[in-house]
Amino acid sequence: MIEPIAKPRRKNPLLRTRLPTSPPRARSRASHGFTRAAAEGRFMLQRCGACETFCYPARDACPTCLSADLVFTDAPRRGTLLSETTLHIPADVHFRERAPWRVGLVAMDCGPKLVTHLHADCEEGKSVVMSFQLDKSGQAVAFAHPERETSNMADDRQWREMTADPKFRRALVTNGRSIVGQEVVAALKAAGASIVFVGVAEPWKPFRGEDTLRALEGVEIVPLDIGDEKSVADLAADIGGKVDILVNTTEHVRSGGLLDRQGTSVVRDEIDQTYLGFVHLAQAFGPAMRMRGSDGVNSAAAWVNILSVYALANWPMFGAYSASQAAALSLSHSLRAELRPGGVKVVNVFTGPLDIEWFQTVPPPKVAPRVVANSIVSALKRGLEDVFVGDVAEDIRQRLAANPKAVERELGA
Amino acid sequence: MQNSIRTPYDRVVMAVPVTIPYVRYSIESAQWWMGRALKALVDGAGIKPRDIDGFCVSSFTAGLDSGIGLTQHFGLCVRWIDTIPLGGASAIAALRRAARAVQAGDARIVACVAGDTNHVDSFRYTLENFSRFNQDAVYPYGAGGANASFALIARNYMRTFGAKREDFGKIAVAQRSNALHNPHALMKAPLTIEQYMSARPIADPIHLFDCVMPCAGAEAFLVMSEDVAASLKLPAVKILATIERHNAFGDDPVQVRGGWAMDVDELYAMAGVKPDDLDFVQTYDDYPVISMMQFEDLGFCRKGEGPDFVRQHDLTIDGSFPHNTSGGQLSVGQAGAGGAYLGVVEAMRQVLGQAGPTQVKGARIGLASGFGMINYDRGLASGAAILAGAGA
Repeated sequence: MIEPIAKPRRKNPLLRTRLPTSPPRARSRASHGFTRAAAEGRFMLQRCGACETFCYPARDACPTCLSADLVFTDAPRRGTLLSETTLHIPADVHFRERAPWRVGLVAMDCGPKLVTHLHADCEEGKSVVMSFQLDKSGQAVAFAHPERETSNMADDRQWREMTADPKFRRALVTNGRSIVGQEVVAALKAAGASIVFVGVAEPWKPFRGEDTLRALEGVEIVPLDIGDEKSVADLAADIGGKVDILVNTTEHVRSGGLLDRQGTSVVRDEIDQTYLGFVHLAQAFGPAMRMRGSDGVNSAAAWVNILSVYALANWPMFGAYSASQAAALSLSHSLRAELRPGGVKVVNVFTGPLDIEWFQTVPPPKVAPRVVANSIVSALKRGLEDVFVGDVAEDIRQRLAANPKAVERELGA
Repeated sequence: MQNSIRTPYDRVVMAVPVTIPYVRYSIESAQWWMGRALKALVDGAGIKPRDIDGFCVSSFTAGLDSGIGLTQHFGLCVRWIDTIPLGGASAIAALRRAARAVQAGDARIVACVAGDTNHVDSFRYTLENFSRFNQDAVYPYGAGGANASFALIARNYMRTFGAKREDFGKIAVAQRSNALHNPHALMKAPLTIEQYMSARPIADPIHLFDCVMPCAGAEAFLVMSEDVAASLKLPAVKILATIERHNAFGDDPVQVRGGWAMDVDELYAMAGVKPDDLDFVQTYDDYPVISMMQFEDLGFCRKGEGPDFVRQHDLTIDGSFPHNTSGGQLSVGQAGAGGAYLGVVEAMRQVLGQAGPTQVKGARIGLASGFGMINYDRGLASGAAILAGAGA
């Protein structure tokens, strides 16, 4: 039984901000199969292709038949908590300052034994449900949940270390003019965010949905034009120390590739908004977020990018746009590495064409802005890193895994 | 009792038990500690370093050096070498390998040495770099340092077999009482069961006095033929039997037994003795629960009877079951891989009658064991040896 976490009090500006520490980060190469699983919220174990034995920890040969054909496979999540302990004096600094900390040994129904972090409601001898999570070092760890929903489950202290739950956190949504931005604001508020700052460029110009946005409690419209370095820096100077979750909802979609465009002005706009806008945001807000990764209940927790799935494979009908998305994707990986010492996650939400004005000519299926918003909140609550929203994104993901060359030819057909 | 078909260690002996007194922290290197042990071996045997033609070494903190680098460091020219990375099972393994090498004539005098330093930060370094499974699947949970792994084992053992903290406490308290006779023990203050019970928790149910103290130190012995020992006029220790086993009982969900249970009949058959014939036992005591497990697995009682066995015996030097007479790692300190040698070297002194203040009266024959390498969720390496003095 978890006590609900209390809303954090206003921070005493005289107190030192506790600096983030990382749990141990080193992993073998094979072990990153779990990192991949955790990033997508899947529970995967290695399974031998020859004898079908599941094994753990990650190996390079099957402990039953010595086959090298070990494949990370979605595995049944159920197991039994065999034994548990509470660490009072861990050797590691990260855990020492979080002690007492509970870990246990779980026997999976499918065979392997996992040393795991424990949700407080897991009981010895009882069934548990396992997941892999990205911890504050960005690496995968096993996490045991009680088999059935318990009250205030998401408020568990150890679970909250694995997630970027919006509850009691403060968020910045960078573009309040877009429908996606407005839906994200609503979803974050519904998830318990204490305040949502909403960036609007040239706020004196009215926009659709403005009244609804302004009517929401705990929503504050702030001036922000992410293509303008000074505008971004000014906002960061004002609220940079209290942005726990940043959702980059920048939306600059234009159709066309290279040959049907004259000159570079459209491309330059795409780069200014999508790529340089990202750079401005990262340079202005990133350092403070990295510093505040362990700053209590409302520590800095996540940076969210909404990216087109065509960042992964160019769609020539929106060829230059796809390239700007690819640039942003690449940059996100740099940001992810740079925010990692702070334990701040970078969440990339890949979508197919959205059901918005700029994709008017594109046939369905298209993704409703509300679905994107809900996926973002779900990813934050579950601690995911890579999310594919909607049928098109999932389709591209699977096809890329099967044959990237086929995707290239077919998108260009 | 079964018969053993293994070749006995006839005419092979151990000699010159060496302990370089431990310190909590040392600014010296592991090489320095091993160097002191080698010097004590040659001085104790009345030989020159060049007389050593076999070298067997174990260390966690020797950095990049394995045995071969150390030969040049120490000016040894050997025709047989082994580096044994088996942690707490290293001494039993060293003794087994060296004895066969001597028996086969591959070496005449083998120096078996384990030494580790303990810098202020070296224990953490050892934890971080212990093994791949540990790095991937234990250390990230805050569970490095073996305390958490043994806590999971201890808790399961307590629930399964009804062991109480008081039972583990009795082992620790008896060892502290023994250690007060050992001038080399780092723990100098008496320990009461009340102090044991009220100690601060480290990882439930492991509390402070269940844990060994990492320290710097070195231990060593020589292995040679009976004839060489006689020509050097060295008191010799006979090797009656040994066993060694790795990664046993992997299907046990939580470790409740070590590899000894697989080979214990063989151990006594080869030695031609029964558990009752032993005058003392030196178990590998990284945690009291592991010693209790060994009372079962080494044949002193049946599985699950460990707690009762402890309740019924006095484990001190003069007790009904003299156990870890030096004070063991729990009270002497754990000098890295030297911890593996502690019980073996003390067993040698006991059967030679050289144990001084920790001497068990009339000890002729005894057992020493090893246990090591919590690679993931259990200790993988186990071993044991039955040693005897001249009179046995």
